[in-house]
Amino acid sequence: MSGAALTFTFDGKTYAARPGQTLAAALLDNGVAVVARSFKYHRPRGVMAAGVEEPSALVTVGEGGRAEPNTRATDVFVYQGLVARSQNVWPSLAFDVGAINGLASRLIPAGFYYKTFFGPPRRWMVYERFIRKAAGLGPAPADADPDSFDHRAAFCDVLVVGAGPAGLAAALAATQAGQRVMLVEQDSVPGGALLREDVRIDGVGGPEWAAQAVAQIRAGGGRVLLRATATGYWDGNLVSVVQRLAEPGQVPAAAAPVQRLWKVRCGKVLLATGAIERPLAFGGNDRPGVMLAQAVRAYVRRHGVVPGRRAVVATSNDDGYRTAFALADAGAQVVAVLDSRAAPDSAIVDQARGRFAVLTDARPIDTRARGQRLATVIAQVGGGEQRLAADLLAMSGGFTPVAHLHKQAGGDLAWDAAAQAFVPGTARQAQASIGAAAGGHDLAAILAQGWAAGSGGAPRGFAVDDPLGMGTPAGAAEVPQAARGKAFVDFQNDVTLSDIDLAWREGYRSVEHLKRYTTLGMGTDQGKTGNMAALARLAQAQGVDIPQAGLTTFRPPYTPTTLGAFAGAAVGEHAGPVRRLRLHQAHDDLGAAWQPVGYWFRPRSYPRAGESLGAASLREARMVRQSLGMVDVSTLATFEVSGPDAAALLEMACATTIGRLGVGRGRYTVMLREDGLVMDDGTAWRLAEQRYLLTSSTGGADRMAQHLSWLRNVMAPHLKVSVVNVQEHLGAVALAGPQAARVLAGLTGAEAPAHMRCTRAVLAGVDVLILAASYSGERAFEVYAPGHQLRAVWNALHGAAVAAGGGAYGLDAMDHLRVEKGHVVIGAEVDGRVSAHDIGLGGMLRKSGGFVGWQGQQRLAIATASGRRQLVGLTVIGGQALPEGAMLVTQEGQEPLGHVTTAAPRVAGEGWIGLALLSDGRARDGQELLAWSATRNLRVPVRVCDPVFYDREGARYRD
Amino acid sequence: MTGTRSTRWPQGRYSALALLRGALGGHRHWGRAWRAAEPRASYDVVIIGGGAHGLATAYYLASQHGIRNVAVVEKGWIGGGNTGRNTTIVRSNYRQAPLQRLLEHSLKLWEGLSDELNYNVMFSPRGALFLGHSDADMTRLAERGDSLRAMGIDAELMDVDAVRRLVPLLDFSPHARWPIQGGMIQHRGGTARHDAVAWGYARAADNLGVDVIENCEVTGFVREGDRVTGIETTRGAIAAGKVAICVAGNSGHVAGLAGLRLPIESHTLQAYVTEPVKPMIDTVIMSQSLHCYISQSDKGGIVAGGDPDGFPSYAQRGQPVRLEDAIAQAIALVPALSRLRMVRCWSGVTDMSFDGSPIIGDLPLRNLYINGGWCYGGFKATPGSGHLYAHHLATGQPHPIAAPFDLPRFAQGRTIDEAGVGPMPQHR
Amino acid sequence: MMLIDCPHCGPRAQEEFTYERTRDSVVPLDAAPAAAMATLYARANPRGEEDEIWRHTLGCRGWLELRRHRMTHAIVAVRPLGPAVLP
Repeated sequence: MSGAALTFTFDGKTYAARPGQTLAAALLDNGVAVVARSFKYHRPRGVMAAGVEEPSALVTVGEGGRAEPNTRATDVFVYQGLVARSQNVWPSLAFDVGAINGLASRLIPAGFYYKTFFGPPRRWMVYERFIRKAAGLGPAPADADPDSFDHRAAFCDVLVVGAGPAGLAAALAATQAGQRVMLVEQDSVPGGALLREDVRIDGVGGPEWAAQAVAQIRAGGGRVLLRATATGYWDGNLVSVVQRLAEPGQVPAAAAPVQRLWKVRCGKVLLATGAIERPLAFGGNDRPGVMLAQAVRAYVRRHGVVPGRRAVVATSNDDGYRTAFALADAGAQVVAVLDSRAAPDSAIVDQARGRFAVLTDARPIDTRARGQRLATVIAQVGGGEQRLAADLLAMSGGFTPVAHLHKQAGGDLAWDAAAQAFVPGTARQAQASIGAAAGGHDLAAILAQGWAAGSGGAPRGFAVDDPLGMGTPAGAAEVPQAARGKAFVDFQNDVTLSDIDLAWREGYRSVEHLKRYTTLGMGTDQGKTGNMAALARLAQAQGVDIPQAGLTTFRPPYTPTTLGAFAGAAVGEHAGPVRRLRLHQAHDDLGAAWQPVGYWFRPRSYPRAGESLGAASLREARMVRQSLGMVDVSTLATFEVSGPDAAALLEMACATTIGRLGVGRGRYTVMLREDGLVMDDGTAWRLAEQRYLLTSSTGGADRMAQHLSWLRNVMAPHLKVSVVNVQEHLGAVALAGPQAARVLAGLTGAEAPAHMRCTRAVLAGVDVLILAASYSGERAFEVYAPGHQLRAVWNALHGAAVAAGGGAYGLDAMDHLRVEKGHVVIGAEVDGRVSAHDIGLGGMLRKSGGFVGWQGQQRLAIATASGRRQLVGLTVIGGQALPEGAMLVTQEGQEPLGHVTTAAPRVAGEGWIGLALLSDGRARDGQELLAWSATRNLRVPVRVCDPVFYDREGARYRD
Repeated sequence: MTGTRSTRWPQGRYSALALLRGALGGHRHWGRAWRAAEPRASYDVVIIGGGAHGLATAYYLASQHGIRNVAVVEKGWIGGGNTGRNTTIVRSNYRQAPLQRLLEHSLKLWEGLSDELNYNVMFSPRGALFLGHSDADMTRLAERGDSLRAMGIDAELMDVDAVRRLVPLLDFSPHARWPIQGGMIQHRGGTARHDAVAWGYARAADNLGVDVIENCEVTGFVREGDRVTGIETTRGAIAAGKVAICVAGNSGHVAGLAGLRLPIESHTLQAYVTEPVKPMIDTVIMSQSLHCYISQSDKGGIVAGGDPDGFPSYAQRGQPVRLEDAIAQAIALVPALSRLRMVRCWSGVTDMSFDGSPIIGDLPLRNLYINGGWCYGGFKATPGSGHLYAHHLATGQPHPIAAPFDLPRFAQGRTIDEAGVGPMPQHR
Repeated sequence: MMLIDCPHCGPRAQEEFTYERTRDSVVPLDAAPAAAMATLYARANPRGEEDEIWRHTLGCRGWLELRRHRMTHAIVAVRPLGPAVLP
């Protein structure tokens, strides 16, 4: 091969390729006719197309985590060392046992699987295992992706999709008009149709003209992306464009992503997406050597590959003749041109008659192969039949404008009877289609149209020199009356004309039913080549015109798009955000075991060497009961509510009394949702006459922030109040235990505040706010400090705590302590389904109402206690641990009465206790139940009791 | 519910033998799976909505209750709404008892459905696995599993090694943002072929005399006082003894035609499928902490979805960011998905009810009934939904399993809130 | 993806915003319980235009009211909510 500079392998054999060749071109160049096997019948398949519409030539490219199965050989450009493999074959591409399906094809017509394999589901799964193994095209990937993907946002006045003649003219004009232009092209070089035609524009050859146009657009400030496919068109004129920075399987440049997803918000979009040639339906139209006519031209002119020596051209339109000329010019023998029209009449046909055997009213009806490659074309010519020896059949059944993006954007399609094609109709967003995508076929007209679209209406002529002259529009889609053998419509999914006829007979007559029943258009080529022929057959069966037969939906993406590109960087460790405490390092230094809580990571406990998590948390909890402990509570939701109407706003959010709270005092409170069930709990503190601090749960922090903002801005815009979320500004450490007040006083030089009082103090040189609130049952204080000074406060507290026989404790110990005190926790006891009464807080609610949820909680089934799940305590009878989440039953096998919401070992004592939500629980005090965990095979006898196990009078934190 | 094996199939009973006969005769003997019925002037029951739920309702009315003077009216083609847009997952492993009973009733019907309908709906109990990513997740999964087992429904807790054996391609590295700690599986859960469910019910209902009327959109209701006596459609008025709305996704719109407002908002939910590859994921994967669900179809495509778009819409058109989130989460769970290519994505319009549970039962107008509000979980309920709705329509009384799902539960505070998020569909 | 014209920030992508509820479902705190529940639960859910309350959560955090078509997603009108727009 001349000019070869690259080598690649296919099924282990090394071949040479020239730069710029697609894998398909290189394989054809090397005489590789069979590239793949089809999905169902495992028929040998070659290359049919030259672009993204290729249905058949699918291979796996690349290795390991870079392997890309189902890569269209027409959509990967050869790079040095490319590794490609055939797929869905066993034992080999040349001899594939799966081809036996073809022999049994009469047994397995469309939808055969709906009619058999009955019996119990397990029996179906036996058959299904074989079907699953047989299905699936490429090999399943097994490795993680070694490369990265990224996302980029862009804005432009005009986005032009497609760098063919229409798109280039439009982008040029828009650039010259001073617009911010973005031009995206899925191919590696600009030019589109110009790459396969022998034409000159303004005296320059097509490909050169295209390259010059791109240079001018770039010089004018436009952004041109190659190997960039506009795959999705969304609301708000947002177009997603996926750019390949490395070819499939190729190692990207250092530190560069393999693909980039551009999200382009556009003033206007011009869709110059071209048209796709339709295959003809005839027996054996899938044999290697049968190709689309324009594809043949592209291989000859662009890639320097002549895919056959003896060619037949079969066409329904003038454009097919151009391929005959291209082949002949390249030295191939054109055996005949089969024109399905009875009396074609145009300049190009006249030219052709002088050079080739032009047969009219002629069409292929069957083929024969030698080996696996096309050898004979059987043609129907008028009333007779002819056998033509040929190794290449170039076919053209007309053109389908690429209207995918237009349809995704919400546009309508119109039927162009002359071209027998759907063309873009009314657009719903700011977009227009131009060029072949709009049904155009005359190059000069397309260029002029593109220019006008880009310039905003200013005309410009282009001098087009086309030695073959203009063709007429594509003729009617050919629908053969009597196909012999298998006439494929959907080449990838092996859907034949007879499958379509069968679906029709069985009543799957809506085009969507037809598609779903036969799997037509459901392949990786998304029906780009096959759908129109099927539609024609359906219309014929219905006795209607094609537009009346209906149309399936065009769904994103336009071409199959790598999942990694959608995900971007948000994978692996970055799949979700991580929120770290300001004191993360301090906890880490103390050997914290970490616990994920939402996006946060909080210390679960600080186990000593060799100590289990359970032992550590019990030790820490007992430390709190005996001396003191400190815990990081910086994640609590914290809001400062201030202004003359601060209390009024709080009384909307909180179901308890706020307004009468004295300055320097705090109160436990609960917030309801509108449906009257508990949303959250927390504490409210009056820091000054018109200033409050509201705390609520960590898990509900975002929801509470939204809720308070809602109340303030929508429900009560008239109130004079400000709500500031101060969680990010402040940090807090809670100090608890019998020594807490003494230690705190020692550090601040002032007496610690009494229970539910707050005060300001200076600790370690930092101004702090001290709230005396207790969840542990011991005297306890939350010390709030500005986040950047929290470490100093922590260090001082920790030093003093250790000196007093205490230290840090984690979430597990905190949980043990609060269970013993019967305090509920959002997410465990408060599960979004309980009322305040259910968890024993009903007495706190304001009788006067006026808070969110007061109406909802009066609904009958909530206000009536009977039958509701209520908070109770559980003590284990015996020495077993209590399994959290276990069902509470009267005996094994019974339906559950409730479940263990939290379980903990006794801190002040031995054995296990728990909290539970239990149906009519308060009436069951003293009842013995079974905590039954069937999934963990545990049965633990428990006794129902009051949920407060420790210091019921609250004497320990009041002294 | 069985015993239909002896049913006669004038249009041809399906079997391996019949296929063989078809092979010899060019498959010319197959008749229409269902007739293209023309609307008649009146029916005992008219079901609005030719999705799988509506078709199932018609089938059970005819097969269980002998009510065969039934029409199913469909605005487009049957199975074209959410029946054909879901991710085909079937399971009954919910946490709230009324939902457990409802979905388990449905799951039992799934297990015999292909035989009953003489149509292979490809129900494949390949297991529905919930992953846990922390000790807290595992406790919640155990709680759910324990509650299921106490209700007589299968559930098995799995440690990380068992999960690894089942789905080796999951990311088990400790560096994963959501490391996998274990899971809970319902072995009887799995997937089914969604289109086949609609077609199978349509064929079986048609075989019992039900009229399946496509391209017939309801435009209004005919009323006498507070009694509904029929419907107006694009193909004329149809009188009906009872009118059964079964249009999840569009319940708000259709109820609106009768002047009713429901605790339902319609939201968009997206899903996608990749190019087909050889088997790599043999079970249905869901997650306790992440919002995505993944399975592999028999054809080989990876089918997955995520959260609804978060705002009301009837557009059947998704927003790209939610799609990207769902894909990123899928890759976070199964890193080898990264280079697979999406071949299609689509959206369905879901009936987001205000407690996340369906609404089945009477409406404030006499002879008008509702079955909707299925949120994003309707497909798995198809046989049960049809069966229970048919019972209600035939007897005038709710089936005990469906009784908790009545409309008055919202006014009375009897909501069934699996997620515990309250009356906020966008947070579900 | 919809482009929402935030009254404070200008046109921004929908992903910055969160939908809250319909205007007509806002429950006054002084409504009687039965009326409150009817307001909360009975939604028109039209296949057409509806007044909706959204928040520019990942932007200025301001609240706004949109009149939006639920089939076409066309936004007919936007107005700000909150104390700043009180007369």
